[in-house]
Amino acid sequence: MGKYVLRFTALGYLALLLVLPVAMVFGRAFENGVGAAWESVTTPEAKHAFLITILITAIVVPANTIFGIACAIAIVRQRFPGKGLVNAIVDLPLALSPIVVGLAFLLLFGTGGWLHDVPFDVVFALPGMVLATIFVSLPFVVREVVPVLREIGIEQEQAASTLGASSWQTFRRVTLPAIRWAVAYGIVLTTARALGEFGAVSVVSGRIVGKTETMTLHVEERFQSFDYVGAYAASVVLAILAIGTLVAMSLFKPKEGA
Amino acid sequence: MIEARSVSKQFGSFVALDDVSVEVPAGSLTALLGPSGSGKSTLLRIIAGLERPDDGRVLIDGHDVTSRPPQKRGVGFVFQHYAAFKHMTVWKNVAFGLEIRRRPRPEIKERVAHLLELVQLGGFADRYPAQLSGGQRQRMALARALAVEPDVLLLDEPFGALDARVRKELRAWLRRLHDEVHVTTIFVTHDQEEAMDLADQIVVMSHGRVEQVGGARDLYDNPANEFVMTFVGEVNQLGRSFVRPHDVEFGDGDEAFVERVVHLGFEVRVELRLANGEELWAQVTREEAKRLELVEGARVRVRPRHSKVFG
Repeated sequence: MGKYVLRFTALGYLALLLVLPVAMVFGRAFENGVGAAWESVTTPEAKHAFLITILITAIVVPANTIFGIACAIAIVRQRFPGKGLVNAIVDLPLALSPIVVGLAFLLLFGTGGWLHDVPFDVVFALPGMVLATIFVSLPFVVREVVPVLREIGIEQEQAASTLGASSWQTFRRVTLPAIRWAVAYGIVLTTARALGEFGAVSVVSGRIVGKTETMTLHVEERFQSFDYVGAYAASVVLAILAIGTLVAMSLFKPKEGA
Repeated sequence: MIEARSVSKQFGSFVALDDVSVEVPAGSLTALLGPSGSGKSTLLRIIAGLERPDDGRVLIDGHDVTSRPPQKRGVGFVFQHYAAFKHMTVWKNVAFGLEIRRRPRPEIKERVAHLLELVQLGGFADRYPAQLSGGQRQRMALARALAVEPDVLLLDEPFGALDARVRKELRAWLRRLHDEVHVTTIFVTHDQEEAMDLADQIVVMSHGRVEQVGGARDLYDNPANEFVMTFVGEVNQLGRSFVRPHDVEFGDGDEAFVERVVHLGFEVRVELRLANGEELWAQVTREEAKRLELVEGARVRVRPRHSKVFG
């Protein structure tokens, strides 16, 4: 009896707070038919926003994957002064509201900012949006990889080195295969965050329609303009991207318990 | 020959090795024996290049390798917990060092097949380490270390994680392997029986220092100090003198009370209390125990056949 109560509560919670809202979005998007929804997500502005989002994600995910693995290895395998501080700072983006991140970038790169004089536009342009998205999605790979690195220990790597493997060969052949699922999961979380980022990007982009508008900004812009079908249809595109990422992940994830 | 010259190593305020010098003859099988914290594993890891000494030098065949990384020392290392590459098959594990060295395919194939036969894992090439028993994993780790034909084979408590029966089997097997391959071998152990059974030369260590170096018999018969006397073999302490349990002679000497008699097959362990309250135990054969009528509650006379006093 107890286990049914537990199951009902858990599944009910998921249904009410996760499945239902997403289903409602799908419902509203298609309330005037598939054609109307399709038309509203194929306007030049929508297509451009879609492109910007994909472009940002395509830059941010590899960057944070490489940085995340390097950072995790430094935290777990090396000793250096201030390591505890680095370990704590990595979590900062999780604690800091994205809108604060956006404002911080505005201060740093905007008119009168310390780094205002870089030879290309950062604020109200793509570089700023990429930087802001990197910032907010930075912890995921690090946080997934660190505990796995700790768990596998250093002996396999030492064994590889006594067998003649260089640091890079050890990383490629021993460490990376051992952490690959953690990296994959970190990539999925980073991708989801990059696709869905709103607050920080909203501040640094200037939200110029057809220029610096991402998919999430486009959704809001449509919503504010009372184009509900447009807003919900664009939301559906975002949701499909996110669900696609999760499905891709579960396809190549090892079976639980294995 | 492997030489450690005046090697010192500290971890924080803990002195792991304090001015240690050891010579290991080429082709020998040498044991580093000591309790935990004696520095034996640290010395082994310094020889392998997995740790850097704070002071002192390491020489392999006359070459100073102190600042050489482990990749360039020509050593094979076997870890207590196997350090198997979990995501690789047994075959891939053993081939690892050869693939790193970019040896030609047919050579790798032949060598790995030969080694798997040598460690009796011929039928296990396609298994993963998780599908092997502890003893099999350790044999795989040995084959992996031997694959690159190291000048020196280093084993860190290689049988420590295995149960008693498998440990004995592997011990006998390692001895045979060493007789066949003749690679200079050093292994770390805290088990004096293991050291005495396997090694040509035993280096007894405690508290980061070498207490004595010698053959099993030498250490047992002529211990240099109290530590070696008590660590290698069983011993009774009476006042300031030390007596081996098989050197306790019955029939003459001080009066004693038999507190307990334990039959361990061929050997009988007799626990005694002297008139002055000191306790000791004697090791006798079943026949002796019968002849001397050693039963619980009996009163006997005992004296040491040999005893040792250390200044």
